[in-house]
Amino acid sequence: MPLEYQNIFTRVQVHGPAPFPGVPLPAGDERRLGKGTFVHLFGRFGEAQLGPIYLGRLGLLSIVCGLIAIVIIGLNMWASVNWDPIQFVRQFFWLALEPPPPHYGLRIPPLQDGGWWLMAGFFLTASILLWWLRTYRRARALGLGTHVAWAFASAIWLYLVLGFIRPVMMGSWGEAVPFGIFPHLDWTAAFSIRYGNLFYNPFHALSIVFLYGSTLLFAMHGATVLAVSRYGGERELDQTIDRGTAYERAALFWRWCMGFNATSESIHRWAWWFAVLTPLTGGIGILLTGTVVDNWYLWAVKHGFAPMYEPVVPGGIADPLLAAGR
Amino acid sequence: MSKKKDFDLFSTAGWSATAVLGVAAAFYLASTFERPPVTAIQWGPRGTGMELVYNPRTVVRELPRHGVPAKEEEVEKSGIPSREAYENVQVLGDLDSAEFLRLMNAITAWVSPQQGCNYCHNPQNLAEDSVYTKIVTRKMLQMTKVINESWQAHVGQTGVTCWTCHRGQPVPAYVWSTETREAERRTRGLMTTAAGQNTVSTAAGLSSLPTDPFTPFLLEDKQIRITTTWTPMSLGDNRMSIKQTEWTYALMFHFSAATGANCTFCHNSQNFGKWEGSTPQRVTAWHGIAMTRAMNTEWIEPLTPLWRENPKGPPEAGAAAAVARLGPAGDALKINCMTCHQGAHKPMLGARMLADYPELNAVSREPIPLRAAMRQ
Repeated sequence: MPLEYQNIFTRVQVHGPAPFPGVPLPAGDERRLGKGTFVHLFGRFGEAQLGPIYLGRLGLLSIVCGLIAIVIIGLNMWASVNWDPIQFVRQFFWLALEPPPPHYGLRIPPLQDGGWWLMAGFFLTASILLWWLRTYRRARALGLGTHVAWAFASAIWLYLVLGFIRPVMMGSWGEAVPFGIFPHLDWTAAFSIRYGNLFYNPFHALSIVFLYGSTLLFAMHGATVLAVSRYGGERELDQTIDRGTAYERAALFWRWCMGFNATSESIHRWAWWFAVLTPLTGGIGILLTGTVVDNWYLWAVKHGFAPMYEPVVPGGIADPLLAAGR
Repeated sequence: MSKKKDFDLFSTAGWSATAVLGVAAAFYLASTFERPPVTAIQWGPRGTGMELVYNPRTVVRELPRHGVPAKEEEVEKSGIPSREAYENVQVLGDLDSAEFLRLMNAITAWVSPQQGCNYCHNPQNLAEDSVYTKIVTRKMLQMTKVINESWQAHVGQTGVTCWTCHRGQPVPAYVWSTETREAERRTRGLMTTAAGQNTVSTAAGLSSLPTDPFTPFLLEDKQIRITTTWTPMSLGDNRMSIKQTEWTYALMFHFSAATGANCTFCHNSQNFGKWEGSTPQRVTAWHGIAMTRAMNTEWIEPLTPLWRENPKGPPEAGAAAAVARLGPAGDALKINCMTCHQGAHKPMLGARMLADYPELNAVSREPIPLRAAMRQ
């Protein structure tokens, strides 16, 4: 059995005698940093060549803004364990920088009451937007399409909805997500409970379809290409117009299995759209929650999207608060 | 290129075994998962996820915790009310004097089995009120009577006795106190306050939810309801925030731990806020919240001056009683669901202990003075 093709590590490392510095840069661009080097271990997971790196003004600004945000978040987390380094490590997953209490609305709160959160959010957002610009500009500098930038923009859309657009529409920074590992997960669970179960939000459902669909497509595609790599199947994009035995075998495999197959061009469009639609639909779902729809379960029942289930007790249970006439 | 073996059984098996062992070790060391099998009981219409999940091993392990002490032997009535037989009987005056003694023995067994009668009484003169715990006991007897008489929506006909909370200890094992302002904030100066959460919350199942969900809901009367339940499109009608939801969520974690039951014991699986699809247990729990709050504010908190004078218990009882009576903020130790339930959906798994002690129904609800007991 050829386990060669089922290895999790890259089996083949190809490189020239010296690191490839890249194509000439357009006028007005910064210089690339370093000359590049080969690292065998990196070659096990990806390309063995490391660098040269193009940092540029956008990259530098983005990293500076990102560092400011991380330092603000980290120091506030550390302060919340009274600057104890051991507790900082032990409780790291529990710690957070919390957004302001709801009563501040959209005003700028004092530093200790969420002001740091607002500042960290500003710098993190600046960092992300600058990095987006960088992915766009670098793609253009290399003469590429801007597919990566637009896919990244889709993720940024969800991030902005959660931390900026929806809080502004709700009129309170307190609606936004805390910066912290478990705290942002607790926020997510609380968000679902508050708005009557997010699973009945059709945009949440779409987002899940695209998320799970992405993993399925990724697995199918990766497996197919690896399976036909012994016939040269990794030259998948050449095979869009110049099909060979690898392509034909892979196509035949899927037609046997499910009657239909993607092509070596279309599979990448499928993958791109599934990935992009995951945060795009998710962001729409979050944006509608609380602003337009207050209880997704009741919304779903009203619109025939979910049944009104039989009560556990015949006739149902009465709200004791109403029964008490308070 | 030299011919290389396609498949090296030894190294493949070695790597696989290492990976499997590594994953198993990580689960063992770092997870709180319980090993299967667990028992699932259908608890509502099929296909709706209404299930009660129990780990049979945990249930067996916890059984001794829900035991009931041996019944105090019943006595012949003497025909003389205790107010005539004894001096200074304030809340049990109507009780037959023989039954009075039976109740005294029972209370000792339930509350101070190690410390004995002298935990509350001056052995030179049992009638006098010099030990503050005697006043506390009077108040607690009245509280028990109020629960059994006025809170049947929660305790039903089963009722409660001293044992329900105390379980053989002068201070019940599961009590809480309000978090101090410093503990809630956890930072100083300009650093962002932790807002009462974002640390390991023992009250909320070790999550990062609020660490003291008791003060706002079981002492104060803050709104627990956060879900919009009346109409799907009610923009602006319900302004409860995500942060408020996290406090309610933390309280619900406590309910779950205290009753040993998962969410669907009370709630339906589609929409936690919806009453029509809930189980009758949710109504019982709803009354329980109000009852716990009433007990804390009307019966426990008013005793705070006595505990402030004796923060380590009665000096007469010696070192054995030296358990803190006050929280770090100087407030009384209060009750929550865990105090009685201790992990069972019904305390002591529903044992009808009160029926064996009709004496507890003879308690007078006449107000009794607190001040007289305070040391001059």
